[in-house]
Amino acid sequence: MMESLNAYDYYAYENRPKIEWPNGARVAFWVAPNIEFYELNPPTNPSRKAWPQPNPAVPGYSIRDWGNRVGHKRQMDLLEKYGVRGSVSLSVALCDHHPEIIEQCKERGWEFFSHGIYNTRYTYNMSEEQERAMIRDSIESIYRHTGQKCAGYLAPALSHSEHTLDLFAEVGTELFGDEAGFYTCDLFHDDQPTPVKVRSGKRFISMPYSLEMNDTIVYAVNKVEPRHYLTMLKRHFDRLYQEGAESGTVMCIPTHNYQISCPHRIKAFEAALEYITGHSDVWVATGREIAEHYLTHGYDAAQSAIAQQNGGQGA
Amino acid sequence: MSLPDDYLEYPWRQYGMDHDRYDWSMLSDRPKVHWPDGKQLAVWINVSVEFYPLNQRGVPFKVPNGMTMPYPDLRHYSLRDYGNRVGIFRFLQAFERHGIKPTYAISAQLAELYPSLIERLADTGAEFLCHGWNMDHLHYGGQDKAEEVEQIKRALDTLRKHSGQSIEGWLSPAKNQSENTPDLLTAEGIRYCADWVNDDMPYALKTAHGDLMMMPLPTEIEDQFVLGNNLHSEDSWVEQVKDAFDFLLEEAATEGGRMLGLNIHPWLMGQPHRIGCLESVLEYMMSKDGVWQASASDILKAFQASNTGRAR
Repeated sequence: MMESLNAYDYYAYENRPKIEWPNGARVAFWVAPNIEFYELNPPTNPSRKAWPQPNPAVPGYSIRDWGNRVGHKRQMDLLEKYGVRGSVSLSVALCDHHPEIIEQCKERGWEFFSHGIYNTRYTYNMSEEQERAMIRDSIESIYRHTGQKCAGYLAPALSHSEHTLDLFAEVGTELFGDEAGFYTCDLFHDDQPTPVKVRSGKRFISMPYSLEMNDTIVYAVNKVEPRHYLTMLKRHFDRLYQEGAESGTVMCIPTHNYQISCPHRIKAFEAALEYITGHSDVWVATGREIAEHYLTHGYDAAQSAIAQQNGGQGA
Repeated sequence: MSLPDDYLEYPWRQYGMDHDRYDWSMLSDRPKVHWPDGKQLAVWINVSVEFYPLNQRGVPFKVPNGMTMPYPDLRHYSLRDYGNRVGIFRFLQAFERHGIKPTYAISAQLAELYPSLIERLADTGAEFLCHGWNMDHLHYGGQDKAEEVEQIKRALDTLRKHSGQSIEGWLSPAKNQSENTPDLLTAEGIRYCADWVNDDMPYALKTAHGDLMMMPLPTEIEDQFVLGNNLHSEDSWVEQVKDAFDFLLEEAATEGGRMLGLNIHPWLMGQPHRIGCLESVLEYMMSKDGVWQASASDILKAFQASNTGRAR
């Protein structure tokens, strides 16, 4: 087992080369709706239980199903109202189960990226070949159902192996060359995109996908009240907007249709969207658009700066 | 079923403590302490700069705020690492703006992993404490003594070598100790420690190699405890710190100099939506008369030089 992750080099937040977003924007803003499928009778994984109760775990299963049956449409309408195209973190089995949702997102120009097959199938204890096959299935499924070449990855239920990022980059290349598999949402170490080292040497980056702003972490783990979540989102944005005047920052709101769209919470989310998109220097984009821009305009300067900071030992 | 006879024997049933690490003393009975320039409240701000390894062993327990998911827990590893590469720089800006002289309690291994960070912090002129080897190298009851000796020496040697500082302060990971820790610390040149949370003022712990001064750094008001353990909002943390500050300042008016130790974490308060709360706390404290914001060793020196001497 590794003591340090070794997926990225140390890179101090001060004195970095300036990241320039299109039209002089300070903050690249994206919303990542997780559209997930949890199984009623998932198989056992020795490292993690899928549900707290024996199957069928009706409370947990049914609220997540509510998200797809009811919550999704509400969130989608709201994002449309504020000009936000979602970047969907997709349990790809949902393409088979609920193609209506995929169609609606496609019509609105949303991005789809891989969040595994089901959110109840964990990476733990998979062989490297099994994980590779699972990732390949997910990228192929997205292409088959949406025509999109999957650019990003968020491991199912944030379950990883030591090779997760390497494998995603490699499979993306095997299927679609540099057009797929070039950003990960699995790292929470930074407020800007940063280069990530993968074993193939591919140009690959980490995309800020804030766990601190993730509705499930906020509501289910940290037990925050909806109106305070709004305050947190505004403050988070304000600081990144302020710092973005010096060098472009990224703000992401990761959402779940079974959390954010509940009637008692959706007004707080709407107020946040209204506030953020109401600022002039915000680039409302998708994960892929931000990643592509950074790879073209920011990646090389960052690599040089990292090498310099670490005494020439950078990636 | 019954218990052995000695269950009803009480060998330490006597005046004072049930051990001889320190003497019993009520804060209200002690002579007044005088801070320099007639100040009333000394404020010590400590930043814990921590390394949480990905391959957490969890011996003999999982350190609070460490890895919780099955290996490899990228989520908590990278969230904690955020503090060392992003959050700490928001802290540095805030300290500069408000004229704060903090101390840094550092996981010694960081000196090897991120030497540029240690250099950056040392360049501010701030005092360092040793915060153990890393957050997964706990000190604990029943720990092999030779192992703990090596752990302490390695941590201190590494931090001393990379920082150029003599390093006289210590903060154990999770404030956890073995029965030997205080003796082993003074053997290695540590003069003060912040692990025990049993007083609002410095006091002396007796060790095999002279006194180890205990500096108050209350867990109950730490950011990670209020937010992470109690699940209170960052706004509530601000209120709680201000309330503690106001109370101690008021008490100092009649009881003599008081101190407030505040331990904070860049991986938590350094997040974009929380940094403003830290800034408002700093601004509030620095705006009040009677406040002496200083490093741990400066406060300790003044405490020991105070005309009333030491609390024993």
